Amino acid sequence: MAKWQYDGPVLEIDRLSISFFTRLREIPAVMDFSVTVQPGEAVGLVGESGCGKSTVALGVMQDLGVNGRIVGGTIRFKGRDLGAMSETELRGLRGSEIAMIYQEPMASLNPAMRVGRQLMEVPMIHEGLSAKAAYDRALAMVEDVKLPDPKRILNSYPHQLSGGQQQRIVIAMALMSKPSLLILDEPTTALDVTVEAAVVALVKELGRKYGTSMLFISHNLGLVLETCDRICVMYSGEAVERGSIGDVFDEMRHPYTQALFRSIPLPGADKNARPLVAIPGNFPLPHERPPGCNFGPRCDYFEAGRCDAQDVRMTPVHGNDRHETRCLKFREIDWSAPPAPPARSETAEPGPVVLKMEQLRKYYEVAASKIFGGGAKRVVKANETLSFEAREGETLAIVGESGCGKSTFAKVLMGLETATGGTILLDGQEIQDIPIQKRDTRTVSDIQMVFQNPFDTLNPAMSVGRQIMRALEVFGVGGTEAARRQRMLELLDLVKLPREFAGRMPRQLSGGQKQRVGIARAFAGGARIVVADEPVSALDVSVQAAVADLLLEIQRENRTTLLFIAHDLSIVRYLADRVMVMYLGHVVEMGTTDQVFSPPYHPYTEALLSAVPIADTHVQKQRIVLEGDVPSAIDPPPGCPFQTRCRWKAEVPGALCETQVPPIRTVQGGHQIKCHLSEDWLARMEPVIRIAAE
Amino acid sequence: MEPLTWTGAIGPYLNPALGLAVAVLALSILTHAGLAIARLGGVARPGAGAAGSHAAAAAGRVTRWSLFAVLALIVIYLVAGIVAPVEAKGIIGRISTRFLPVWIALAATFALSIAFKRRLGLYGNLFDNRVGMIGFALVMFWVYSALFADVIVTHDPVGDVISGMKNKAPGTPLRSPGEGVYGYYLLGGDALARDVFSRMVAGARVVLTIAPAATLFAFMVGITLGVPAGYLGGRFDTALSFVANLVLAFPVILLFFLLVTPEIIAMGVPKYMAEVLFLFPVVFLVILWNSRFHTRPMTRNIHVGLTVLIGGWLYLGLAWDADPLGLVSIPGGVLIVFVSVVFVNSPTVFRIVRGLTLDIRTRDYVAAAQTRGEGAWYIMLWEILPNARGPLLVDFCLRIGYTTILLGTLGFFGLGLPPDSPDWGTSINAGRGLLQFFPFPPLVPAVAIMSLVLGLNLLADGLREESLKD
Amino acid sequence: MGPFILKRLGVMLLTALCMTLIVFFLTNLPPNLEKLAKTQLGARITDAEVSSWLERNGYAQPMLARYGEWLGVLPGYTYEAANGTRSGRCARLAGDDGAIPRHCGVLQGDWGYSTKFRVPVTELIGERLARTGMLMFWAFAVMVPMALIIGVVAGMREGSATDRTLSTFAIASTSTPEYVSGVIFVVIFASSMVGLKWFTGSAKSAVDGITFENFTLPVITVALYGMGYIARMTRASMAEVMTAQYIRTARLKGVSFRNIVLKHALRNALIAPFTVIMLQFPWLLTGVVIVEALFVYPGFGNALVEGASNNDIELLMAVSVVAVVVVLVTQLISDIGYALLNPRIRVN
Repeated sequence: MAKWQYDGPVLEIDRLSISFFTRLREIPAVMDFSVTVQPGEAVGLVGESGCGKSTVALGVMQDLGVNGRIVGGTIRFKGRDLGAMSETELRGLRGSEIAMIYQEPMASLNPAMRVGRQLMEVPMIHEGLSAKAAYDRALAMVEDVKLPDPKRILNSYPHQLSGGQQQRIVIAMALMSKPSLLILDEPTTALDVTVEAAVVALVKELGRKYGTSMLFISHNLGLVLETCDRICVMYSGEAVERGSIGDVFDEMRHPYTQALFRSIPLPGADKNARPLVAIPGNFPLPHERPPGCNFGPRCDYFEAGRCDAQDVRMTPVHGNDRHETRCLKFREIDWSAPPAPPARSETAEPGPVVLKMEQLRKYYEVAASKIFGGGAKRVVKANETLSFEAREGETLAIVGESGCGKSTFAKVLMGLETATGGTILLDGQEIQDIPIQKRDTRTVSDIQMVFQNPFDTLNPAMSVGRQIMRALEVFGVGGTEAARRQRMLELLDLVKLPREFAGRMPRQLSGGQKQRVGIARAFAGGARIVVADEPVSALDVSVQAAVADLLLEIQRENRTTLLFIAHDLSIVRYLADRVMVMYLGHVVEMGTTDQVFSPPYHPYTEALLSAVPIADTHVQKQRIVLEGDVPSAIDPPPGCPFQTRCRWKAEVPGALCETQVPPIRTVQGGHQIKCHLSEDWLARMEPVIRIAAE
Repeated sequence: MEPLTWTGAIGPYLNPALGLAVAVLALSILTHAGLAIARLGGVARPGAGAAGSHAAAAAGRVTRWSLFAVLALIVIYLVAGIVAPVEAKGIIGRISTRFLPVWIALAATFALSIAFKRRLGLYGNLFDNRVGMIGFALVMFWVYSALFADVIVTHDPVGDVISGMKNKAPGTPLRSPGEGVYGYYLLGGDALARDVFSRMVAGARVVLTIAPAATLFAFMVGITLGVPAGYLGGRFDTALSFVANLVLAFPVILLFFLLVTPEIIAMGVPKYMAEVLFLFPVVFLVILWNSRFHTRPMTRNIHVGLTVLIGGWLYLGLAWDADPLGLVSIPGGVLIVFVSVVFVNSPTVFRIVRGLTLDIRTRDYVAAAQTRGEGAWYIMLWEILPNARGPLLVDFCLRIGYTTILLGTLGFFGLGLPPDSPDWGTSINAGRGLLQFFPFPPLVPAVAIMSLVLGLNLLADGLREESLKD
Repeated sequence: MGPFILKRLGVMLLTALCMTLIVFFLTNLPPNLEKLAKTQLGARITDAEVSSWLERNGYAQPMLARYGEWLGVLPGYTYEAANGTRSGRCARLAGDDGAIPRHCGVLQGDWGYSTKFRVPVTELIGERLARTGMLMFWAFAVMVPMALIIGVVAGMREGSATDRTLSTFAIASTSTPEYVSGVIFVVIFASSMVGLKWFTGSAKSAVDGITFENFTLPVITVALYGMGYIARMTRASMAEVMTAQYIRTARLKGVSFRNIVLKHALRNALIAPFTVIMLQFPWLLTGVVIVEALFVYPGFGNALVEGASNNDIELLMAVSVVAVVVVLVTQLISDIGYALLNPRIRVN
């Protein structure tokens, strides 16, 4: 279908309702949803998982599958109703006028087709281009998305590219026919933070260059702030608030939006003085939505008999540009009132050193080729000369992107692997060479772990209570079944789960609840050191705060040493006492949280800080975009591990960075940086994040 | 007495209706197929799609209704056969009457299961699945037939050789039935003048005793070796995988011909194999209990003790034929069949279990168990194995079907089981020589095998779909 | 790739050695040797005659030694009777001058002599393999295209009426072993009961020339059982691919349904069934034996059955070597083909 001119909005969704039909019932996924995208505008669609934001995108694409159906409302694209179009007309539109990018770049590309052919296909279908012309277009497009060596890329298969490169190809493919509307469904969630920042910058730049309108779907408020002009917040199938970025971020008029902002760690939040406020309760299941306002049961301002009496409509907020909210009480609520003062807690004083690592090294041998076996063995240096100490009652955050060696380090500490070199001292006793089977029960129960993926952390075949009791059994807690049962119930109390959960199977629990069980299990034997491997990163924003605070509370009471592994600097800044930044197996920077988050930085920390999106309009960031991807640990660069991507490399005289691993230098007060940059140069560094005066 | 007709007195009324329904069904399916091909070929033409899809929808409705009609008529045949007066019954009616205990048991099973399906876990979910229900019905039909075989059979399937009934057609009356002897050979007589119907029912008992038990043993062996091979890896895995591949590379039929011979039985080879293979279940259970309860010695001792006692007793009886109580023993011919079927199946189970283990051992809950300091066997048997149960259960159903086919193959070549055994494979073998002239003696057991295996395959499909839904 | 194939060849050789050793062991158990002697001299011979026959023909040697002779690494056993006639393993190869070669084993290219058919094994196996080859060829020619078409068409629209119909057919065909489908086909198409008599129920005449009448039923019978299996695999693979995200990408790129199936889905969907098809070869062997027995077709399967019932040791050894080589070679081809089809593996 030929493209046509239209002066009005590119996309108008009007009171859209989408349902999925199962054999038992109709499940409404989206209800009464409206949004408008003007030409050249970028609209963010924000909400937690299951709120229906991806369904909206698929509804626009008219690709809801066999069970999904639009049950009300219209979607107009450039003035024409998409629902009234035939399959052939839609096909002409898809890819040429509306394009979509999704979360998993690897899964979005056909594994058995060369990248070039997948790109060329688009103009060949829609514009009838010859193969030669399409190839030239693809080449130009690959250059546009800033991929090195475009010809080689066009000739390769998707799996030969890194995740960041794949996502750039997906973007190139979406823009091949210069669509008017680009839908991005969590396009960077699967990528590392620094890669994400580069991809987001690219999308923004290309959107401007081609004048493409965008519908940007994300759970990350910070990302939406950086990319979009307008925002629409969704909750449980409905839009609850909609308006310009400035209005919604600074003058929100819906309790859910407010609660969401209060539950994410923004700069300035502090675990002791200004703790996060978790949203109470759970997300309602689609077929168990409450009457009236969907957010009612979890809302601080809920008024029985009013909020649950009727369906709530979107109401304009006067004085702002196209700002609407789905709240009956928004005029009565005092939006500037600070959150109810939470119980302030004392800053815990760290106790004596309980864990000490010195020059820890862990190398792996891997076969060079997976399938055909044999061949030379290669060495992966997962951890290089790791040294630090952790004190009782302290939170030490270990930060880094994928492949930096933080998980390997956890395995060695737990005893699942033995160290290649160096020492680990637990209460002065060397444990680095003792595998877990040989450790005594005391040592094993002293060091426990909380895992990342809530859906994987519990054995699906065993009831919650049984799993905790098994841990108690193994750790030798309680002499009898009855005693252990009692202790198990107390542990459920500790993690604030109702006692009847003991008899439930893991699949009956939500992600946050599973993670609580995981925490209870870790503390079953009175653990003194808990390694938390990204314990909240897989959870929804509103649940993250609650789980993180729970962890901190238990830590405070038991004076546990918490080793908090994370890639998310916001949460690290919020809860860590000290931070260790890792890159390719090396510790590149270590110090107290304040030291690490303010200059001088290691150049990598500097880039990392800049890359993390912050959902606060008052924050100004320096834009630092790292080129390329994290090098493979199998084939690390010589010299400084970060030299391939470092923007300050030119400031170091000679070929020092390429040839020598930098020394660890202590800047001040125990703040360590592993860098060749001179001390006075480091002292002149500018802060990355500035909070503008209100 | 007159020979029976197939449908008896109701035939003249129902037969034309059935014929019509079947014809319509066949026609609509053909139309459907034609339309599908036409649509695949003509995607490019717009407009043709809409008309085509209307026609397809109409054809679909006709198919569905004619299918219902056929099924309803079949049910009417069966029900009418039961309620009709004796003299009005045809062959189908009489057979249906003989199967009355099976019908009652089936109805009770389904009524109870559907009533309580929400409380029955995966088994209950099966009753949400049409394919699974059909499969389950077929399987249970044969299971109940095997259970009630003594009541259903009309004659002794092995001993009753009635003169004049050799190769007779279905419904032939006995020349001079004695007192209390059933007057007809419902499905005819075979080459040795035995009743084909009774042999089919009795065959179900033989097949449904050996096949599930052999499959169960194969699973015990496969699991006991496959889980550690996948979990521990290394040399142990390499060696076991080599042996498994060796057995798998052996053509099944050659193995049967070499193993299942009187000479081999005379040498005691099956006995040696049984001694090894039958040890696995006992070992498996002992490890299972020990790994779970080693932290609670009393509980452990009770479990392990009971296992060793009961398992050891069965083991002595089955493998050594030395049951001190004299209750448990297997005849040599059956033992060799049993052992070789287990032997052929175990490597495949081993490979499946090993693959599942490799997948599951990367899960966080396995890592969590490791960081608790759990022993390897606990992790393998209590953390990994229960989570492989879905695919294993599906494969178990499929494998019973496969084992049934293997048993049939053995029977077809006259290997192992005694030549007068009523099992289906042996019956096919006995009848295949004169197949072109007297088709019923081999045809009846052939259809029986097919329906049982089909039922198991459908059941497995249903289970797979339902277990994926969780 | 090179080292990989070499390694696989090594494993194959080891497997084949183990396998032949097992077959040799089983066929040379004392009761089996006795049976052999009786098939040669008649069932009523005395024990002494049995042992003297075994002694004369070299069967009394230790088993491993005779395995070595069979392989051709040890000199063949020769028995010299009092009257000067010489018998033993290699005696039949005596030249015009009466000289018996020292070695006569597999390594020398001699596969021995069939005691049942009384011809050299090489000759017999060659002839039989040619016949079975025809059967297999036609079975594959029917089975593979049909199965792939059924699988792809069923899997491309999961849950549709077409899918359900074809899946029902496929599952019914996997539930029908050859000895069942063969019986049913003969009853329907060749017996006097239904009276169609389109085809002949015996393939004996196919030895002299394959015709549509005498070969259709055996071919269909062999093909049917495997067909359902391959079709189900293909369907599952196709259905999985059709739900993959890259298919959605293609759809939302505006690619037509036909091109989605042909260009985007097909190659990815055929990777898994390819392995299955190759692994059908050994599976078909069982089917071939059954079909040859049912339709009285003197092929390789018939040689296996006859060899086993008469304990024809050297024939059985040859049969098992052929069978094992077929199995192992198809496994190798399936692995290599899998790697070639799947670009993700090729590069690693």
